[in-house]
Amino acid sequence: MTTRQFGQPVLRREDPRLVTGNGRYLDDLGHTAYEAAFVRSPHAHARITDIDVEGALDVEGVVAIFTHEDLEGPAADRLPLLIPHPSIEAGRTGHALAKDDVNHVGEAIAMVVATNRYVAEDAAQRIVVSYEFLPPVVGIENARDGANLVHDDAPGNVAAHLLQEVGDVESALAAAPHTLTLDLDIERSACTPMEGRGVLAQWDSDEQRLRLHSSTQTSTGVRAAVAAKLQLPLSQVECIAPDVGGGFGVKIMHPWPEEVLVPWAARRLDHDVKWTEDRREHFTASAHERGQVQQVTVGFDDDGRLLGLDVRFWHDNGAYLPYGVIVPIITATQLLGPYKPQNYRVEFWSLYTNTAIVTPYRGAGRPQGCFAMERTMDAIAAELGLDRAEVRSRNFIQPEEMPFDQGLMFQDGRPLKYDSGDFPASLAKLKALVGWDDFAAYREEAESQGRKVGLGIGCYVEGTGVGPYEGGHVHVETSGRVNVATGLTTQGQGHQTILAQIVADELGVSIDDVHVTTGDTRRMPYAVGTFASRGAVMSGNAVALAARAVRAKALRIAADALEVAEEDLQIEDGTISVKGAPHASIALSTVAVMSNPLRYAFDESAKAATQFAGTFDPDKPPVADDEEPGLEGKDFYSPTQATFANGMHAAIVETDPVTAEIKILRYCVIHDCGTVVNPMIVEGQVHGGVAQGVGGALYERMAYDETGQLLNASFMDFLMPYASEIPHIETDHLETPSPLNPLGIKGAGEAGTIPVTAVIASAIEDAEGFPIRSMPISPHELWDLRRAHAHALETVSPTPTEESA
Amino acid sequence: MTDIDQGTTVDVTVTVNGIAHTRTVEPRRLLSDFIRHDLRLTGTHVGCEHGVCGACTVLVDGKPMRSCLMFAVSAEDMEITTVEGLGTQDAMGPVQQAFVECHGLQCGFCTPGFVTTITAFIEENPDPTSEEAREAISGNLCRCTGYQNICKAVLRAAEINRERATPTEGGDPA
Amino acid sequence: MKPAPFVHHGPRTLDEAVAVLGEVGHDGKVLAGGQSLIPVLNMRLAQPAHLVDINRVAGLDTVTVTDSHVRVGATVRHAELEKHDEAYAVLPLLRQALLCVAHPAIRNRGTTVGSIAHADAAGEMPSVLVLTQGVIEVVGPRGRREVAALEFFEGPLQTVLEADELVEAVRFARFAPGTRTAFLESARRSGDYAVAGVGVAVDVSTDSGEAVVTGARAAYVSVTDIPVVVDLTDAVAGQPVSSVWDGVDELVQAGIAPEADIHASSEYRRMLAAELTRRALTRATTEGTA
Repeated sequence: MTTRQFGQPVLRREDPRLVTGNGRYLDDLGHTAYEAAFVRSPHAHARITDIDVEGALDVEGVVAIFTHEDLEGPAADRLPLLIPHPSIEAGRTGHALAKDDVNHVGEAIAMVVATNRYVAEDAAQRIVVSYEFLPPVVGIENARDGANLVHDDAPGNVAAHLLQEVGDVESALAAAPHTLTLDLDIERSACTPMEGRGVLAQWDSDEQRLRLHSSTQTSTGVRAAVAAKLQLPLSQVECIAPDVGGGFGVKIMHPWPEEVLVPWAARRLDHDVKWTEDRREHFTASAHERGQVQQVTVGFDDDGRLLGLDVRFWHDNGAYLPYGVIVPIITATQLLGPYKPQNYRVEFWSLYTNTAIVTPYRGAGRPQGCFAMERTMDAIAAELGLDRAEVRSRNFIQPEEMPFDQGLMFQDGRPLKYDSGDFPASLAKLKALVGWDDFAAYREEAESQGRKVGLGIGCYVEGTGVGPYEGGHVHVETSGRVNVATGLTTQGQGHQTILAQIVADELGVSIDDVHVTTGDTRRMPYAVGTFASRGAVMSGNAVALAARAVRAKALRIAADALEVAEEDLQIEDGTISVKGAPHASIALSTVAVMSNPLRYAFDESAKAATQFAGTFDPDKPPVADDEEPGLEGKDFYSPTQATFANGMHAAIVETDPVTAEIKILRYCVIHDCGTVVNPMIVEGQVHGGVAQGVGGALYERMAYDETGQLLNASFMDFLMPYASEIPHIETDHLETPSPLNPLGIKGAGEAGTIPVTAVIASAIEDAEGFPIRSMPISPHELWDLRRAHAHALETVSPTPTEESA
Repeated sequence: MTDIDQGTTVDVTVTVNGIAHTRTVEPRRLLSDFIRHDLRLTGTHVGCEHGVCGACTVLVDGKPMRSCLMFAVSAEDMEITTVEGLGTQDAMGPVQQAFVECHGLQCGFCTPGFVTTITAFIEENPDPTSEEAREAISGNLCRCTGYQNICKAVLRAAEINRERATPTEGGDPA
Repeated sequence: MKPAPFVHHGPRTLDEAVAVLGEVGHDGKVLAGGQSLIPVLNMRLAQPAHLVDINRVAGLDTVTVTDSHVRVGATVRHAELEKHDEAYAVLPLLRQALLCVAHPAIRNRGTTVGSIAHADAAGEMPSVLVLTQGVIEVVGPRGRREVAALEFFEGPLQTVLEADELVEAVRFARFAPGTRTAFLESARRSGDYAVAGVGVAVDVSTDSGEAVVTGARAAYVSVTDIPVVVDLTDAVAGQPVSSVWDGVDELVQAGIAPEADIHASSEYRRMLAAELTRRALTRATTEGTA
């Protein structure tokens, strides 16, 4: 009897390779390739007046130096604006190599190709670029005032402006017994995967064919973009994502300039070319996220129920807008979380600044939205003197209201309609896990020891598994080996394991026989990519559907051979047998042989399928009219809308009464991602997500100075947490299956990250007794806030009020 | 005294995973690049090249060190152990085995640095507490796991080490 | 992030090292553990034409404990000194401070003498050397000289060391019997450069039958340009070891001059230095031994 794999904590099949140093990441490939290094702008905003490469040309080992002038055709044009949207008023993208001007520190100006990276950097250092300086626009405030412009033709630095309204917010606010206005601020952070970006291009001039390896979250996207930029037929380009050392969003952006330039140079030089991003480049030449300034006005009744919510926010999109406005759209829509606002208006401005571009980072706008909503919930509770969990509870969408349409358009252009979720049940679990009702006693005890502690809470709903589609291909070899391919890429989420689990169950084979390939356009040319917690939902369902097609075909063939009805057959452990009569059976591998009538016997098993090997019906063709040879199947999963996962987190923090150092004592997570394929992997995703959230809440920020220099472009000063900074994470799960897809999955990748900033702010606020409106927060900032509030207390009023915050 | 001129190269012999390798390199060649690109032992990864992330950590004469903060020429005659030297897919070392069992990795990029670091740690401290385990890994960055399962893997690795040592009590667990 | 080319010199004796340093002078840099230097080279923030790699110079790798001091040779790794039981027995402050130096993998390669010669204001060991009133043994083409720790540091990353000179060893002086020490830091992440740090040496007398503080000195990390000793005696003398050390603030503030950076304001660092001083005094007097 085959053990059902779905739902089991199956150990990861990718691990033995990875823990022994047998992974193959981008820079592990192409040892004989030329290597590229880039001259990047040291200035945030300038016109390029001259590029002098003279001194670099005679560096021994230099093969070529390219500037924008060398590029031709579409490669010289601006990079694409990937996701057009009607709200975009001035969509500007950069060039692969800067043409005329630079708009952020780190923008590529010249490309050096050399025999190795050391030499390439020697030459890059000798290239002299002359600039005419332009005033840099740094920070949302500067962008908003519009005195200086990033792009001359983008007035007010506005890239996009969007307003959505459900109901009548103005009247609702006017009629509300209580209103509050909150000014909020979230700073930039970044994905910073341990492996940066990287591209290897191998040009075969005989075949006029390009093989690309990219450390990407979308190999099909890169393939299509590079084919277009290099004017190559799509059929002559293949793109493979090898092992990828983390993505978290930054590698869904494409084509990066380097993804165009490296293959372009490889073809031009007729030689393999590789570029491996170094850490310093990653800080300034990749992407950031999170930076927003928000203003929330909320109207509510005496019980704390929302009557109207009016949100305006300003989103810092950096120097260019290649990924469109996905991030602010997600903030605008996902902000609502598990709540019913009754009347909701949201308006955002996406603004250019002379800083690194902004594209999705795990959570992709949701952490900011959650921050706005959850700060508002806490403010309502404070204003009315109500329990914070109770205020949330009173505003929850109830399980019986599912599916619940929020009346907005989501990031996929489809309605924001929650499919499932049981928020009251989640909250009950969370309160039990963290000991919500016992906290007052805990705090009292801590206070008696001179300690300051606080409890925080945050709830979110996450649109996951957005379309348009993913595909699955399942092929049973005559050895019984099952090959599974999906075009979606993997960066550590364990897709090779969970997809094997799904296929093993669907097909009735041992998981050991299932081999999964992801992100290789040679194996599955139709795919979208890995983002929006969509891997398990999209590819999971796609491979399930493909496996079902293979199963059906296997049963057809077996039924014919065993002369029984298909519905009387079962597949277990790779053997098809008649239910109740297990001796009447046929191996799936044999069915694979039979599925492919052969002329040539290349091995023992093939013999059985050759034309003289057995009996056949001379009146029928070897391959039936409605069949294809081979035991394989392909299918695609394309949903009408996103699924909606949800979760609730709580944390207990301690703040040092003197130094304002902040320590997370406990961190509790309730998580509902629908049915769970592999609880071990989901748990790991939650841990990692929370850790990234903690980084964003307490440690990480992009410290730009007013000239647009990134002051902390290293792991020394960008404080990605070590183990010492991350608390032990306690988790509990709730499974409300999604009715939208065959497997009931919702997606888990980003969830852990989303509410952390809100939760930590809530807990610090609870510990300190004054509002926290700006995150991340460091000890010295908290200490400053304490002093400001102590001062306000002395000079203004006996207690700080919400409005005085 | 050995002087090496700019632009010239030097023969360097380093013992890696028990095998002496000689390569001709520039004196500026980082040990990490020497291991990865000259010896093609790509299990050692490079995550920051300024010594903070720990992905490139190898054992130098048994002690964890950052291979991005050493020159290959400085490693002449030293004994280096990389992640490849600590086990194979068919015969994983205790730390590698523990990482698999505890889901101690996701993308796997930082893992080799953790494996080398933890191998040396449990050698020194065969029965660590959870606090000691967390502290031991606090010089290596991981962006995927949130560290919880890596902490678990440290304890499990120590346990596997002890289990494996049991049949030949008093013998060398390595 | 690859270093620019350089000439590598691998002297085997101190004489050879001195000779080659004399030749390359300002174009050269001494490479010991390299844990501060190599990141800077990788980022090409420094591009010395010559590196004088002293790792194989004979005789520099020893720790010697005498009645008066702990002498640490130029290639002794932080970790070796940290784990040196004899050194710990006579001068616990060494291990107390070394455990705050970066992470174990860095301490396995980085040298104590190197971090002193590097003279980073965020370095722990320069302050420890100053607090013990130690001595730096310098060798160069003009022979040997000894520099008192307090006179060695001239500014951030600046010392009295000439370009052709090398630190052969440093001597951490032992405290008088009855002096207790502690070292405390606050860093954003464990192992990071401290936002502020302090080492204290507290003289405790039990002559009266009760443990009473007779004097105390502190040296700081990240809140002074160069390591200085702040004498806290006036604020602590005569107090029992169980004191809460309320009176030290003024002396601490007068002795430090913190600057702001992206991690903390100077005001915050001032507060932190004072608080860490109080906590270090408590730790030294309640947990520390001579």
